[in-house]
Amino acid sequence: MSFFDKFPSMSRDELLDFKKNVDSGFSEFTGEYGEAIEAFFDPLLWFLVWFEKLLLSTPWPIILFIVGALAWAGSRSIKIVIGAILAFVAIGYFGMWVDTISTLAIVSVATLICIAIGIPMGILMARSKYAQALVTPLLDIMQTIPAFVYLIPVVMLLGIGKVPGLIAVCIYALPPIVRLTNLGIRLVSKEALEAADAFGASYRQRLFGVQIPLALPNIFAGINQTIMMALSMVVITSMIGVAGLGVPVLRSISNQYLALGLLNGLAIVALAIIFDRVTQEYGKRLQKHRYGDHS
Amino acid sequence: MSDIAISIKGLYKIFGKHPEKAVQYVKDGMSKADLLEKHNHVLGLKNINIDIPAHKISVIMGLSGSGKSTLIRHINRLIEPTKGSINAYGEDVLLMSKDELREFRRHKASMVFQKFGLHVHKTVAENVAYGLVIQGTSLDQAKSDSHKWLERVGLDGFEDYYPAQLSGGMQQRVGLARALATDADILLMDEAFSALDPLIKADMQDILLGLQKELNKTIVFITHDLDEALRIGDSIAILRDGEVIQQGDPQAIILKPEDDYIVDFIQDINRGRIIRIKSIMNKGNSVDGPSFHQNDVLEDVLPGVVASSNHIANVTNDNGDIIGSIELKEIANAIAKPAVENNTNTNYK
Ligand SMILES: Nc1ncnc2c1ncn2[C@@H]1O[C@H](COP(=O)(O)OP(=O)(O)O)[C@@H](O)[C@H]1O
Ligand SMILES: [Mg+2]
Repeated sequence: MSFFDKFPSMSRDELLDFKKNVDSGFSEFTGEYGEAIEAFFDPLLWFLVWFEKLLLSTPWPIILFIVGALAWAGSRSIKIVIGAILAFVAIGYFGMWVDTISTLAIVSVATLICIAIGIPMGILMARSKYAQALVTPLLDIMQTIPAFVYLIPVVMLLGIGKVPGLIAVCIYALPPIVRLTNLGIRLVSKEALEAADAFGASYRQRLFGVQIPLALPNIFAGINQTIMMALSMVVITSMIGVAGLGVPVLRSISNQYLALGLLNGLAIVALAIIFDRVTQEYGKRLQKHRYGDHS
Repeated sequence: MSDIAISIKGLYKIFGKHPEKAVQYVKDGMSKADLLEKHNHVLGLKNINIDIPAHKISVIMGLSGSGKSTLIRHINRLIEPTKGSINAYGEDVLLMSKDELREFRRHKASMVFQKFGLHVHKTVAENVAYGLVIQGTSLDQAKSDSHKWLERVGLDGFEDYYPAQLSGGMQQRVGLARALATDADILLMDEAFSALDPLIKADMQDILLGLQKELNKTIVFITHDLDEALRIGDSIAILRDGEVIQQGDPQAIILKPEDDYIVDFIQDINRGRIIRIKSIMNKGNSVDGPSFHQNDVLEDVLPGVVASSNHIANVTNDNGDIIGSIELKEIANAIAKPAVENNTNTNYK
């Protein structure tokens, strides 16, 4: 009865061979195409470095002003503007300015990439049920697979640095914007679409004139989620050499620096809250006209 | 035949996985209920033949689920038919390519919806201009046109409001203005006023009739409300379970209902206020009595006929010429409700 005592598995040697084959196969692939792929991502690296340098070389009062202005543009709330500026003042005062700016740079660029890829993907999913059936499990995997697992091939392929960090962030942060774009478009009322059809709207007129505008609040909720998830990847990306608030956090874990960890952790939280409030308020304003407030 | 705008011939629509197969069962006489039960297909429309006259208001009436929305959506092909042809101005709508169909919808047929179908993210003016923008009209032109049409439906000054800020009646005026703005000759109205309160509904009917006097559109008007049908319809077609069971002059439908279902429908109307004397007069020479215009309704002539010594009156045309006569007995008969022949069979779903 020993068959039932132990799960029938490959022999050790077979398993070892299997793993070796996969590893060597991927190594070969890396050797063959690694440079080409790296070159492909060069413009991205260049842009990220340029953007980070731009932010770092901007005098801090101007950054404070821009933060305040963006917060105002998004939220139209003086409370949120003051909160955002105070948070940045505290960050600077506690010596975390440079790390915060680096984090801000990578999160911004990651969000832009996610928007550029995610919204068209969401549109495609809403348009075809086959696309939806194909993409949904992919998004599930992207969201649940432990980040360390996909860091391995990314690092093997591209080494350590900003670009693999950025890719890791994007893999994790992309799903919500795709999902919510898809959802938002699918939730557009049948009546609104029928009216567009009845008046002879073309596919484009229907998409850009009706579906996307009506899905915008959901799309914005997706952007908000994407930013939050990008921020939550900061510590993990610092493990593969991305500068930012994650680096001191990592250092404080290995050296048991409580205060250092706490301060940088709180800085991440502060960024998250600012982003969240500003984008949420903006999203709310986007759908104000749907309710009968006589203005 | 030039005054027929839309001609629908042999139109069938069956919802389900294999409509082509199911259509044969229907042709062989299977009922809607049986088709659903035995073959899991929904009979939408069955052998519809209707000619819609140009520049008139043609009403299509029936209870909920009888296929009204399905029928009207075939005219601009928002729904694809299972079988049949729809000819509009000499073109078969069902044979049009995608581009041709789009042009048809942009320029020839516009639509007003029961739930308004407005775009909540656009202002009232932008909604009215929608069809024009889709057509590719310049923004300036679209703006001034939409202003003009808003004025016509009594909504000037509301250009910059959002639909959610307006009452239902006002929203539907926006819907009407949007449909009129494209200058399409055919106006498809699917229960356009059914969602409105009775008073607002009457207002909207007045607005529509007033505009129609001037614009002479070809209007297909769907309703489940007989009073509304009689008030605005130049002709009426009655649908039951996807089938036209009677069509023609509203007066003829009231006087000679062909079916219990229709008898049921016309049970509660005020016949004296709807039936015109020309519909029941006897053609012929003048008689000794008062004269009434042919379009007068029974209720209006009744006191005069009763008062006359012979209980008889003349019927005149627009020129005042006598074209026939009418007796008190006939008026009384016409006012009396037609008998429901089979009293047990009055519950239609
Ligand atoms: N897309 C559809 N799929 C299946 N059945 C449908 C569909 N649309 C309409 N029907 C059915 O067709 C019949 C006619 O519907 P409809 O035209 O909406 O009726 P009405 O407008 O007169 O209330 C109903 O039995 C309805 O359930
Ligand atoms: Mg309907």
